[in-house]
Amino acid sequence: MTHAIEGWFAVDADGVFLLGTRCSACGTVCFPPRHGFCPNPRCEGEEMEVTRLPRRGRVWSYTNACYPPPAPFVAAQPYEPVTLAAVELDGAGIVVLGQVAGLTVDQLEVGMELELTSGPLADGPLVWMWRRAS
Amino acid sequence: MRVVVLGTGMHPWGKWGRPFLEYGVAAARTALRDAGIVWTDVQYVVGADTIRNGYPGFIAGASYAQALGWTGARIASCYAACASGAQALDIARTRILAGLCDVALVIGADSTPKGFFKPVGGDRPDDPDWLRFRLLGATNPAYFGLYARRRMALYGSTPADFAAVKVKNARAGSLNPMARYRKAVTVEEVLASPMVADPLRLMDICATSDGGAAVVLASESYARRRGVQDLVFLSAVSTVTPTFPNMVLELPNFATDSSAAVPAPERPFRAAIAAAAYEEAGVGPEDLSLAEVYDLSTALELDWMEDIGLCPPGEADKLLRSGETALGGRIPVNPSGGLASFGEAIPAQAIAQLCELTTQLRGRAGHRQVPAPRAALAANQGLFGHGSALVATR
Repeated sequence: MTHAIEGWFAVDADGVFLLGTRCSACGTVCFPPRHGFCPNPRCEGEEMEVTRLPRRGRVWSYTNACYPPPAPFVAAQPYEPVTLAAVELDGAGIVVLGQVAGLTVDQLEVGMELELTSGPLADGPLVWMWRRAS
Repeated sequence: MRVVVLGTGMHPWGKWGRPFLEYGVAAARTALRDAGIVWTDVQYVVGADTIRNGYPGFIAGASYAQALGWTGARIASCYAACASGAQALDIARTRILAGLCDVALVIGADSTPKGFFKPVGGDRPDDPDWLRFRLLGATNPAYFGLYARRRMALYGSTPADFAAVKVKNARAGSLNPMARYRKAVTVEEVLASPMVADPLRLMDICATSDGGAAVVLASESYARRRGVQDLVFLSAVSTVTPTFPNMVLELPNFATDSSAAVPAPERPFRAAIAAAAYEEAGVGPEDLSLAEVYDLSTALELDWMEDIGLCPPGEADKLLRSGETALGGRIPVNPSGGLASFGEAIPAQAIAQLCELTTQLRGRAGHRQVPAPRAALAANQGLFGHGSALVATR
């Protein structure tokens, strides 16, 4: 299936992974993947290796979109509120935002464990999403 | 050498549907009259840019100068998201401090579309501001919702606390002829308004507005030569960046920085913005008589109160509930009515904050007047790591 964005996540037999980068000099992790220069101001590293980020983490915060977001978002018809969660990835010291599949805000809590999955946008292409941890 | 706010002017906020230049020029003319000077006296003009009004908005300094009539003055135009107005003030103030001019005019105005802010035109899949809408449907209120829910989880804030911020600001705004919303509201009305980005409701979230604001800045010697009494000084302009790694998810990003290799800084971004202003002005939170903070949402006002040091983290709700941040309290926050009463006219907003600080410090705020103010702070934060804080003193 087409990915809504290339190079930000991978889907294979082991599951869905966010693709970040890790600076080979200082170990700083980035998402979305970043090339060229390390964002650590005290690091001169220029080699960013693509790395699979931890698939699980804990909810830093969450919200939803009760009204259809404007283009370029394509809203489903009829519209159901999109749930969003910002998740602090285990051991990576980074919080990543994503849509949440199969959970409404009433079923989420800060600190709750979620894992990565993928799901389609309303017009078809796949994007990474969070879901209840198995 | 110090820099004086010699005059202020505003065009009322609203949804007037007219070109932004009209609002900016009206505000500029008012500021010039208030300063007791004429347009041809101005040596330097800075326009804070607007990005939703075509090319004239990108070169706002020249647009305003042309609208007011070319005089051969030096000009600049600048954009820094919600901090554009503060950046424009910073440039003018710095030029005065450097001795390169005596008197400068700073203008910001916006004309805004209805509804959620959309990314600026065209398919731009390399722009995170476009991508966050495309991939996630993450509007600006979605980020405000994340911060609000986080606050509830960390500190036990409730939707009723958030509503109490709106009630306080609406009351102040009802006394401000420049505000767009001038009706007092109740907690019940806020809690009955439609949910937009859980836990935030329509009345928790600031609108997008049309409006314009301008100030005349001058060197202290210029002001004294003109015999101006009761000087108000622009004592600090802070425009610092976050410090890596920034562990708060900022608009319009998909992720925070990572603390995998470098520990998080002691001072998060918003607190750092205010700290740099305090340091430059040589004052602290205990010296403030009032503060204007960027209440993009009601919940954010509570965060800001802690970030600017009015109380320790987690205690803003209590301070709000005590009434100390309302008009008549010990340290009024958003005595102008804040974004809750104005809505956001992006490039005008930080300049409007300085208008309120100056009006208060000059004792001209009428029914909103804070008694005998000495020092005031305004704080602001927008997209992509731009933010600002100003300190004005008597």
